Amino acid sequence: MITFQNVSKSYGRKLVLDNLSFEIKEGQFVILIGPSGCGKTTTLKMINRLVKPDSGEIYINGINIMEQNPVELRRGIGYVIQQIGLFPNMTVEQNISVVPKLLKYPKERWQSIVRELLEMVNMPYEEYAHKYPSELSGGQQQRIGVLRALAASPPIVLMDEPFGALDPITRDALQEEVKKLQKKLKKTIVFVTHDMEEALRLADTIVFMDNGRILQMASPEEMLRNPASDIIKEFMGRHINSRGPAELYVEDVMRTRVLKVPKTLKVLECLDRMDRWEVNSVIVLNEDDTYAGTVQLEAIQEHGKVGHEIGELVSQDTPTVSRQCKAQEVLDQLLDSPYKYLVVLNDDRTVAGLITRTSLTKAIGEALWGAKS
Amino acid sequence: MSNLVPYILEHLLIVLIATGISVAIGVVLGIISYWVRFAAQIILWFSEMVQTIPALALLAILMVIFGLGNATIIAGLALYALLPIVRNTYTGLTSVPAPIKEAARGMGMSKLQRLFLVELPLAFPLIFSGIKISVVNSLSIAVMGVLIGAGGLGFPIYRGIQTQNFRLIMSGAIPVVIMAVLFDYLMSLIQKRLTRH
Repeated sequence: MITFQNVSKSYGRKLVLDNLSFEIKEGQFVILIGPSGCGKTTTLKMINRLVKPDSGEIYINGINIMEQNPVELRRGIGYVIQQIGLFPNMTVEQNISVVPKLLKYPKERWQSIVRELLEMVNMPYEEYAHKYPSELSGGQQQRIGVLRALAASPPIVLMDEPFGALDPITRDALQEEVKKLQKKLKKTIVFVTHDMEEALRLADTIVFMDNGRILQMASPEEMLRNPASDIIKEFMGRHINSRGPAELYVEDVMRTRVLKVPKTLKVLECLDRMDRWEVNSVIVLNEDDTYAGTVQLEAIQEHGKVGHEIGELVSQDTPTVSRQCKAQEVLDQLLDSPYKYLVVLNDDRTVAGLITRTSLTKAIGEALWGAKS
Repeated sequence: MSNLVPYILEHLLIVLIATGISVAIGVVLGIISYWVRFAAQIILWFSEMVQTIPALALLAILMVIFGLGNATIIAGLALYALLPIVRNTYTGLTSVPAPIKEAARGMGMSKLQRLFLVELPLAFPLIFSGIKISVVNSLSIAVMGVLIGAGGLGFPIYRGIQTQNFRLIMSGAIPVVIMAVLFDYLMSLIQKRLTRH
């Protein structure tokens, strides 16, 4: 449907698009993604001739777009931008009906289009049609931005980071809606983003660009399975599950920022540090930094004497594990033991960190579902 | 006092005609400046230069062309009023946010459609404030019309000065002040309503 043939573009000396050739099939949700400055937005804006290629051809349904009147071409292509760009001097209804009016639809027709579209995103006509953009929330504004692009039923819709400026919850909701609308209305959507999660969620095909070239063009599944380069791998980052929970080791799940004190520390000083760290137990070290044991707050409260050393109160009841243990084995130990944590030791018996129930749960969760960014 | 009414009406008429001409020319020049970057410099330079000419000198020059009478003062006022209108039109149009312009272009509006449907409506509050400045200025400058044989409230003021009649001077000056304050107030009200969205 949309074909790029050897398209190049430079701004001054900088080559932004380097001999780009690819094809977008009808009805596909295609996402252009890549690091900033990779040429994804330039590529998008060439489709509706907001940017002119230096060389090469672009065809839509076999027709060279450079031979078409740009104004008419654009009326047949929906366009949504990150900054929304609703016309503040027009009501919601007027904004949505801009292109239908430009195309000289009769009044009844564009009015029923506005009603239908507002219906589709659950914004009742009576309540919203006559509001001005400034009276709407950011999410509502961008919903209208999307509807405005769809109003004249263009077969192609271009979206330039449309949800980039929205809060995560609104973004989720709008992604869902756009995906539904696309399935229902069978549009060809070209969508620019730098958010891999968004790409994986929405795309039929992901086009990964870097330095004005396409590094890989594939389905989300394929890209996850076989990322073509290190940059892509890095971009997918946490979405690639190279290791399942079964292959997690203690060192992957432990906390390394823990309070350690020397045996010789005075009780009061130790209490003071525990207070500052907001913890109620502490790891005690021998003179050679090896593990001596732990001291609980209760022990200090019951038996601690002012001026004495903390070493006198050390207990060795807290279980210890080696950092090369499998996390799976540690889980049982942690759940069965009365202690809230395990101490992780290096081979030379120095302290590597500790595992709490929280740190372990979090690590397993990340391995299963990916980390929260 | 009733014999003042014709002067007041003539004064107003002169100012309104001059402002009308100035708005018509000024907005068009503002639009040209916005579209053609090269023209902007010349147009803005010209309208700024006109403002620096002393009123009396400008009227004298215009008198050579338009002769004695109201035509000269109207032309003079129109020239003076140009700068605020041209500059505010130009500034108003250039300060329409870029994403809105891009959306308009990307949706398939032609250059004229963008101008009339989006850019001018959004620039209008600023253009209107330029018109307000022009009207208030013109109301006071129009008094000088009497020196080149035009009518308006300059006439009683001038006569009062010549006959050293203080009451006559005031009877011309006070209405000018009242009109200027009134127009400023009313137009500021309208301006506030315009900038609500």
